[in-house]
Amino acid sequence: MAVNYSAKEEADGHPSGGVGVPGGGAVGGGSGGGGGGGGGGGAVKTRKPDNTAFKQQRLPAWQPILTAGTVLPAFFIIGLIFIPIGIGIFVTSNNIREYEIDYTGTEPSSPCNKCLNVSWDSTPPCTCTINFTLEHSFESNVFMYYGLSNFYQNHRRYVKSRDDSQLNGDNSSLLNPSKECEPYRTNEDKPIAPCGAIANSMFNDTLELYRIDNDTRTPITLIKKGIAWWTDKNVKFRNPTGDGNNLTALFQGTTKPVNWPKPVYMLDSEPDNNGFINEDFIVWMRTAALPTFRKLYRLIERKDNLQPTLQAGKYSLDIAYNYPVHSFDGRKRMILSTISWMGGKNPFLGIAYITVGSICFFLGVVLLIIHHKYGNRNTSADIPN
Amino acid sequence: IVCWRRELGTEAYIPQRFPDNRIVSSKYTFWNFVPKNLFEQFRRIANFYFLIIFLVQLIIDTPTSPVTSGLPLLFVITVTAIKQGYEDWLRHKADNAMNQCPVHFIQHGKLVRKQSRKLRVGDIVMVKEDETFPCDLIFLSSSRGDGTCFVTTASLDGESSHKTYYAVQDTKAFHNEQEIDALHATIECEQPQPDLYKLHRIKEMTDYNNLVNCAFIKLLYRAIVSKISCLISGVAIYTGMETKMALNYQAKSQKRSAVEKSMNVFLIVYLCILISKALINTVLKYVWQSEPFRDEPWYNQKTEPERKRNLFLRAFTDFLAFMVLFNYIIPVSMYVTVEMQKFLGSYFLTWDEEMFDEDTGEGPLVNTSDLNEELGQIEYVFTDKTGTLTENNMEFVECCIEGHVYVPHVICNGQILHDCTGIDMIDSSPGGSGKAILEISLNFTNQTLCLCHTVQVKDDDSVDGLKKNQLSRRSCIYISSSPDEVALVEGIQRYVCNQEGLRTLCVAYKKLTAEEYSNAQKLLQNAKLALQDREKKLAEVYEKIERDFILLGATAVEDRLQEKAADTIEALQKAGIKVWVLTGDKMETAAATCYACKLFRRNTQILELTTKKIEEQSLHDVQDGSSANYRELFLEICRNCSAVLCCRMAPLQKAQIVKLIKLSKEHPITLAIGDGANDVSMILEAHVGIGIIGKEGRQAARNSDYAIPKFKHLKKMLLVHGHFYYVRISELVQYFFYKNVCFIFPQFLYQFFCGFSQQTLYDTAYLTLYNISFTSLPILLYGLMEQHVSADTLKREPSLYRDVAKNALLRWRAFIYWTFLGVFDAVVFFFGAYFLFDNTVVTSNGQMFGNWTFGTLVFTVLVFTVTLKLALDTHYWTWINHFMIWGSLVFYIIFSLLWGGIIWPFLNYQRMYYVFMQMLSSGPAWLGIILLITVSLLPDVLKKVLCRQLWPTATERIQIGGTCIGLDSSCSCCCRVFRGTARTPELKSLSFIPSHFTA
Repeated sequence: MAVNYSAKEEADGHPSGGVGVPGGGAVGGGSGGGGGGGGGGGAVKTRKPDNTAFKQQRLPAWQPILTAGTVLPAFFIIGLIFIPIGIGIFVTSNNIREYEIDYTGTEPSSPCNKCLNVSWDSTPPCTCTINFTLEHSFESNVFMYYGLSNFYQNHRRYVKSRDDSQLNGDNSSLLNPSKECEPYRTNEDKPIAPCGAIANSMFNDTLELYRIDNDTRTPITLIKKGIAWWTDKNVKFRNPTGDGNNLTALFQGTTKPVNWPKPVYMLDSEPDNNGFINEDFIVWMRTAALPTFRKLYRLIERKDNLQPTLQAGKYSLDIAYNYPVHSFDGRKRMILSTISWMGGKNPFLGIAYITVGSICFFLGVVLLIIHHKYGNRNTSADIPN
Repeated sequence: IVCWRRELGTEAYIPQRFPDNRIVSSKYTFWNFVPKNLFEQFRRIANFYFLIIFLVQLIIDTPTSPVTSGLPLLFVITVTAIKQGYEDWLRHKADNAMNQCPVHFIQHGKLVRKQSRKLRVGDIVMVKEDETFPCDLIFLSSSRGDGTCFVTTASLDGESSHKTYYAVQDTKAFHNEQEIDALHATIECEQPQPDLYKLHRIKEMTDYNNLVNCAFIKLLYRAIVSKISCLISGVAIYTGMETKMALNYQAKSQKRSAVEKSMNVFLIVYLCILISKALINTVLKYVWQSEPFRDEPWYNQKTEPERKRNLFLRAFTDFLAFMVLFNYIIPVSMYVTVEMQKFLGSYFLTWDEEMFDEDTGEGPLVNTSDLNEELGQIEYVFTDKTGTLTENNMEFVECCIEGHVYVPHVICNGQILHDCTGIDMIDSSPGGSGKAILEISLNFTNQTLCLCHTVQVKDDDSVDGLKKNQLSRRSCIYISSSPDEVALVEGIQRYVCNQEGLRTLCVAYKKLTAEEYSNAQKLLQNAKLALQDREKKLAEVYEKIERDFILLGATAVEDRLQEKAADTIEALQKAGIKVWVLTGDKMETAAATCYACKLFRRNTQILELTTKKIEEQSLHDVQDGSSANYRELFLEICRNCSAVLCCRMAPLQKAQIVKLIKLSKEHPITLAIGDGANDVSMILEAHVGIGIIGKEGRQAARNSDYAIPKFKHLKKMLLVHGHFYYVRISELVQYFFYKNVCFIFPQFLYQFFCGFSQQTLYDTAYLTLYNISFTSLPILLYGLMEQHVSADTLKREPSLYRDVAKNALLRWRAFIYWTFLGVFDAVVFFFGAYFLFDNTVVTSNGQMFGNWTFGTLVFTVLVFTVTLKLALDTHYWTWINHFMIWGSLVFYIIFSLLWGGIIWPFLNYQRMYYVFMQMLSSGPAWLGIILLITVSLLPDVLKKVLCRQLWPTATERIQIGGTCIGLDSSCSCCCRVFRGTARTPELKSLSFIPSHFTA
């Protein structure tokens, strides 16, 4: 208790002296215990408060009030802006070519049905071929995706099962991976590189695309670089460092993930796409937000300006079927898609913009009516007040 | 000198060690601060809850790192600890100043200067004029020959008048240090007691002459200030924490505001929501996992220990994990923000220039900021009359001697009644008959009035102070001086024009013979020494002496109304507040005041409730013993009255009336306002206690929650500050719940898409900082600065107060609206992002986003929506508001850029690396963010506009009116009121219908 202040002040013969600022202990919100008189200093000075705008709560202020009158224009403006944007997005989205094949093979008629119960270590891999026809040609660059359904890449146990410092090339983490990687941390007393459930379950089907022209199969060049984020490829993922560039030596002392057929330093023949900086690997390591997702697999670049990237016609997809999804009711898809400034086919955004714009416009009209009908009544009722 | 103490009524002496004279008002020492403060803080349920969550996070494998809840908790605890530590440091400083101030001791016949804290029981202390007594003392002698001293006890009981104290008879002759030092005595006294007014029974035995002096002595208490007398010596008998002053400052009980209560109810609702969410998810998790390929698909195996764990243990851990995941719905930061808002907000009250009183140099005081918002919720005002409604500044109006009325032409503003009874006044007799008898009685009255007062004139060294009763030589003339005393007015009313609301005082005398005098004195002495029922016995003796007086005359004194008291009461009534006057005065005086201050109009129908038990007619009398029936009846009647006046109230009865209303069916919020020590009980009883820093000392002000210099300041305090505080804090509370529903509900929805695995949607940094930095400052600032209507308007239109009455902004409807708005927004955020990301590409280079981008998108929309929602609610945009609101958003963006821009070496994961930048590089993400923000804000804007247009509240009308026809409406309003007052005199005689009611 700040009892003593007040006692002292009055001892000074100034019963009206300043028992200063608010507070005392009572402000402590319960835990403060009792709070007596104030906490100001003993000096008796004039307690007249300063006449500043802030202290008198008179700071100049803008005082907007949301009335029908002020909101009306906003509604109309939102409506007028959103509807064209929505139409623009919708048209763009509709112009995007997208083709999707489900090659899981659950249906007995599917060519991949034989591979349905494939296991990880089947050698040689089960292969199947699916023929399809593109009705329209794909004019611009084509992006090839694989899609998985019912695959919970966002499961907590899965998401955290990785060691980012190992993937960043940290040598101590390479040999001693994080505990988060359990139970994919070590195998036969050797640290796994890359450790964790995500890496262990990397998608390993191989997809090849052929154009069938008069019964001749022309392979289509699939570019495997440029599918991962630039920052991931160049900063976040790094191979371990050491003497020389021989990845095999650098990964010495580690073992491959259990489900992988080959160790990480044999993912690709090109050195700048091998090891942790293999782009397929990096893409896989970016866990998807939802259980149905797609990931970028390959790029098909437009060769020359005269011909579309993929002409309309017959194609065949050769699949090295390694990745089992049947056990968890999963589906596998291959998607070919062109991309616009706003990404792939996505009717939602356009429709949503058009809807919201229309609603705003409609509400604007309703408010206008209400404003005119009731607004006058209110102002007239105000005057006698 | 040896000092003994014993319990009252026992013979056994308890040997004890006396404390030294150190005053310790501080709670902590340097060493025990940390453990003790932590213990106290974790005794609060909220803090304890967060501690538990934090510990759960430490122990089990939870989705969020312990940092997310540990950091905010640490922040809260640290801030509170710093605040309490600072307060305690101030107390230490004050204690030290007190404990180290120099005191003069007598040691070995010499005067020694020592620090106050070194004083021990039994030490002899010398105190000079205008010094404060360092502890409770027995008054041994003074430098005045008669062994008296004059003191003021203002800091103890608030009475500012000077009082005379007497030295112990046997020692009053001691004058110099040697004499005093030679004193050897044993003192026997009671254990320390807090009662200020009870006299102490002290037994003093001096060794050498075996003199036993058993007396009740008024002790010189610590904090009493010595006046006039030059040098006082005394023996210390109670020191340090055993002094009266220390014993009298007990902690007041905590009052809780209605807002705090509803906040706690809402918290419980949210706790239930939290628990049910966690339960639902746990159950669904196990239903969903019943198929093994979902529980443990080949790509996502469990570890061995996980597999082996008992199912129930697993389920319980999962439940706890879900609790941890959703625990942000009850935000730690709300407590900090609410407390900061209250603490800082209360400064606006003390800073208010309009509430500063130039005459006294006093401004409002805030003793507790816990009740700020309660000021906006008051339904009943209980006010004292004297000193609160009136000035407590007595003006001599007239006097009546032998039936003749004299009106003075010199008006004397005296502090105390007796001051102004100069002869001049009575000289101005109205030219009536100058008869001899009259002369005599006149002189006699004068003499009486001159003799019998307690006025002291300080400049004079010679005796000016004459004591009231027994001291006068032959005739003893007795005056009951206090105008509030019950016994006073007996039989005098018919002489005096009581109806005018004057305070009357009768002057009477009685001749006492020497025997009678000594007799009476003896009786008194005996009564004073009585062990039990001393007060009662004294009263009996006085009763015996105070008989058969010869009436000399009466004086009338007017106590003027405080300025603008009528205006204030009128405004309060317009605001829907019922004003009750509780006074100790008699009915006529009180009723006259009520008319004067417009509590009663001339056309008010007056209903009088009296009991026959008391001869004195009183308006209401609720006695302790009255049965429940009467109480109900009384309540029923009073609640239907527009104004109530209760007279002849003892302090405790005032508190009882307040309690009666407080506990009635509707549990209305009550406010008690008073200025004197007799109002303290009701001030403590009411929901909000307001003290007037007035004439009758500071006791009321000190025991109050708020103190103001004048009654008129109540108007601004309630109508403007109270209204603002309420609007601010209720929005703050609702908004906090809203923003955390928005925050956590997407998290809940996400569980349905991640296999109920407790995966968080947002990154740890976002989880941690959402409440403590991204969204905290704008709402705090809103809580400090918001003015939905200007202060002048609120003052001009008291009826606006009704708009927030009965906790209007925190009713269930409002709470549910806010919660549903939160849920709606959360659904918009989550499913908006879901459909935007669902199985499609949103970048122009075909690359894919992961779960962290998804969460960041939701979070970005969340932060923007929640901040803009507050922007929509803000009616008062100062540059600070602009700075805070836009600043928070900019801070969020800058933080996110920084957080994602660097590989942070101390983190073991880099999941946010470049996520935010990648998101911003995507066109659809931008479009999605804009769209989702718009959709989230749309329903609230629509609701606001429609409600305002179709069912506007008074406040909303004023808001609109204020911008276009503000001046006109205020003028017409003023005029009407003016006409209204002008009309009342005509009605005066017509509708004054007193009806008697006997209860």
